Amino acid sequence: MTTSEEPAVAVRGLKKNYGDVEAVKGIDFEVRPGEVFGFLGPNGAGKTTTISMLCTLSRPTGGSASVAGHDVVKERDEVRRNIGLVFQDPTLDGYLSAEQNLRFHAELYGVPKEVVGERIRQVMEMVALWDRKDAKVMTFSGGMKRRLEIARGLLHSPRVLFLDEPTVGLDPQTRSAIWGYINKLRHTEDITIFMTTHYMDEAEYCDRIAIIDHGEIVVIDSPEALKASVGKDRVQIQTADDQTAITALAERFGLDAAVREGVVTFAVASGEEFVPRLFADLGVPIRSVHVSRPSLDDVFMNYTGSTIRDAEGESGASAWMRARARR
Amino acid sequence: MTTGITAPGVVGVRVPGRSVRHDIRAIKIVLHREMLRFVNDRTRMVSTLVQPVLWLFVMGTGLSTLVSRGPSQGVDFRTFMYPGVIAMTVITTAMFSAGSIVWDREFGFLREMLVAPVGRASIVIGKCLGGGIVATAQGIIILALAGLVHVPYSPTLIITLLGEMFLASFAITAFGVSLAARMKNMQTFFGIMQMAIMPMIFLSGAMFPLSNLPAWLSFLTKINPLTYAVDPMRHAVFTHLDVSPQAVEALNPGVHWYAWHVPVAAELGIVALMGIALLGVAIAQFRRTD
Repeated sequence: MTTSEEPAVAVRGLKKNYGDVEAVKGIDFEVRPGEVFGFLGPNGAGKTTTISMLCTLSRPTGGSASVAGHDVVKERDEVRRNIGLVFQDPTLDGYLSAEQNLRFHAELYGVPKEVVGERIRQVMEMVALWDRKDAKVMTFSGGMKRRLEIARGLLHSPRVLFLDEPTVGLDPQTRSAIWGYINKLRHTEDITIFMTTHYMDEAEYCDRIAIIDHGEIVVIDSPEALKASVGKDRVQIQTADDQTAITALAERFGLDAAVREGVVTFAVASGEEFVPRLFADLGVPIRSVHVSRPSLDDVFMNYTGSTIRDAEGESGASAWMRARARR
Repeated sequence: MTTGITAPGVVGVRVPGRSVRHDIRAIKIVLHREMLRFVNDRTRMVSTLVQPVLWLFVMGTGLSTLVSRGPSQGVDFRTFMYPGVIAMTVITTAMFSAGSIVWDREFGFLREMLVAPVGRASIVIGKCLGGGIVATAQGIIILALAGLVHVPYSPTLIITLLGEMFLASFAITAFGVSLAARMKNMQTFFGIMQMAIMPMIFLSGAMFPLSNLPAWLSFLTKINPLTYAVDPMRHAVFTHLDVSPQAVEALNPGVHWYAWHVPVAAELGIVALMGIALLGVAIAQFRRTD
């Protein structure tokens, strides 16, 4: 049964204020059934706040949202029944075994008794933890815990799976394993995936991404389309005098450059052909040059005016405080 | 509503709508978890026993040399303290159980429960029943010590005490959960718990008889809800002792509202009503969202 026309998630003018702080400033978007939809933005951009509202954990200040066809304020139980959740911070009981954690979930969600055992085995096999089912969760590594949480999120066959920074704090090997499960999921289960991330390389796996910054959605499109829209290559140069180089770039080439992550960075069409002209006419000694094809980093920079890492430096502290206050 | 499964070999799961049966399953699993946690946590079991044993055998023995000359002649002071110590044990254990909600919040597990499609009431009821049963189980260990303080192992006494212990610990867990519901860290909770529990224990008649007290102290003991949990336990113990009426008069005076001797049934009724009211408060606390 696929209700292909009804969006899996529909959001209209959704807002959330914490006191005077506008964490989410009236956003609109739709997620299509079966899609992997990514929310990309620096910490503190409003990603987790949005997910909390969609998961009925926090009440919107304004606007409306529906998940799997149910309103997140008026039909909370219906929404809860149809979603799976994997949070940024672990929500497992370390004193219970892996299987006991899943059994708790199955009972709480009312999974029919006759399928509980089979379903637990299935989701645990999917994340390769079946052989560790009797071990206490406190003995698990961070990656194993995350895998177990993904298994648990799927236990009741939700229609929409929410993953809040599913790979944050994990080693690269585990990160790619988790992406392996997510990709496998799309084939084995009829499911929509909504995830947040601040890793550019992970956003590439999504069908569509929404870039969110300072509580507003800047753009929504597929990663390919977003990259194509930038159209320019990124050039990073190390020079003897950055300030003079920036002035020279503006005066001689009409380029808008700035220091990003410690190097002078600017965007220009056909970057490789531009490099010889740069050496000939800049007038400032250049120590190194790096030209790259547009990446999601450039997309982010193009739409928000800063790189995601710079944006985190600026708002990281307040995001951290907000995260503490929420708990 | 179907949650569709497409691939062959995948177990289909349909999560049913809300029903009483589902709520009962939720209560049972929350309760079950409390049990598992209790059985797995030996240190907690031992540590909550240290205090009552100290009271009973160290304080009790020490004080008995002082009080044995009074009207309590023929009754070991430890026998007098025994029901009070039972009450203390179940109260502390029940508070600890309630405090685990704060723990669950700190470690994130509470969120797993709060996003589930079950009523908040199921979670709170499961938690309070769990706290009640765990505290009663802890009390059973104190019950086993009865012979050491000259209290007979009578089946009716044991059953009466078990019932009273469960009632008291259920009410206390509900009180603790309503306190813990909005608290963010363990230190705050234990601070507040100490502040609330110590005076309540002191004023409950657990440590000294509620007879011949100055008016102000007598008044405070009467408005203390714990008094009505301790007195029935003492009454039960004393009806199974073979002691002089004078000693009973001095050590087990009961609770009086003016001239009215409040019967045990009424006392238990007060505890039950408090428990239900506090359960309601706890559920309401959990229904509030940000």
